[in-house]
Amino acid sequence: MSCQQTHELIHGYLDGELDLVKSIEIEKHLAQCQACTQNYESLRGLQSSLRDNSLRFEPPANLEKRLRSALRREKEPQSFVFRWRWAVAAVSLFAAVVIIWTVATVASRQSPDDVLAQEVVASHVRSLMADHLADVPSTNQHTVKPWFDGKLDFSPTVKDLSQQGFTLYGGRLDYIGNRPVAALVYQRRQHSINVFVWPTTEAPVKNEKASERQGYNVIRWSNAGMTYWAVSDLNLAELQQFVQLLKET
Amino acid sequence: MSEPSRAVRFEEVALPHLAAAYNLARWLIHSDQDAEDMVQESFMRAFKSFNGYYGGNSRAWLLTIVRNTCYTWLQKNRMSTLSDPIDDKLDELGLDFADPEMLFRRSVNAQIVRAALQELPVEFREVVVLREMEEMSYKEIANVVDLPLGTVMSRLARGRKRLQALLASRMGKEASIELSANA
Repeated sequence: MSCQQTHELIHGYLDGELDLVKSIEIEKHLAQCQACTQNYESLRGLQSSLRDNSLRFEPPANLEKRLRSALRREKEPQSFVFRWRWAVAAVSLFAAVVIIWTVATVASRQSPDDVLAQEVVASHVRSLMADHLADVPSTNQHTVKPWFDGKLDFSPTVKDLSQQGFTLYGGRLDYIGNRPVAALVYQRRQHSINVFVWPTTEAPVKNEKASERQGYNVIRWSNAGMTYWAVSDLNLAELQQFVQLLKET
Repeated sequence: MSEPSRAVRFEEVALPHLAAAYNLARWLIHSDQDAEDMVQESFMRAFKSFNGYYGGNSRAWLLTIVRNTCYTWLQKNRMSTLSDPIDDKLDELGLDFADPEMLFRRSVNAQIVRAALQELPVEFREVVVLREMEEMSYKEIANVVDLPLGTVMSRLARGRKRLQALLASRMGKEASIELSANA
């Protein structure tokens, strides 16, 4: 290896970046060339001077602390985003719950009439179960009607329809739609009919509304400031006939 | 990766190289305060690009960011050293040996070495700092300064040669000062 070649490769040799073959060639040349050896020694001296730790600039003592707090500040907008994501998720969940609850409530919400219908049917069933059809068992309308006096703030009309096959059985106090109501009980063969009566402010419902609930026929109407609900296991046609008779003045 | 663990992991990866980062920045920019700012900016940049870091040589990764941040600062501050691009083809490695008598006894005054290195153009200074102080391989240096391996080697060689010359002249001056003091 020539001096020129050695000169070019000596830095690689100094830095341990040459392959073994080149390194051996350099070593051979250095062994026989004083000028190149001196240059190499000079470079080694320079290298060791430059590796003196006193040449290093040490970071200020507080720099690491400054960096950590700067990084923490840097984190904030990102963790804000992070928290924001959680907030969005929470709000979404909340909204979903509200929507589901609302839908479920609306779906299951019953109109006031439905609620009342349920109550009158329940009351009808209860009166049969407890064998408590009447507080005042009487076939005489003139006994039944006065019985309600002082028990209610209204006086229900009590009709005798025995001629038409609907026998008055009696009267009963009941409680429907958060108020005491009159229950008039009629019999048609083995079938009991409960007629619930209470005052109403709603517009008269001349055409009765019939529905069926739990196997019972329910007919409601209102007339002259009173609302009427007739419930029975009687067939609809006969119950409608009964209602017509009640409505006739 | 969640934010807290990402930040913790970044600190674990980056903070061990704080000394190397500051040393490089301070050697590239001759001001304590500016170097400190550059280091801080570099760490912020590194943290932002941390998702693009998939392990490996974390020191080279961080020092690349420090080096680029410092270069941006140097360009902005119109450092004359950068306005004059160096010619890597130019052969400075003639066969004219520096006077070995004068040079590099192990006891060369660190102050003089420091001053000589500071005088070196930044393109040479950075490879010398990375090679000698951080003891990086040519390949690592090539990554950090974004140059071919051969250019790294030639810059290192030329940098050393310039340093030898600078040291020779400085030691000569010092010798003459010593002489006049003794006279």
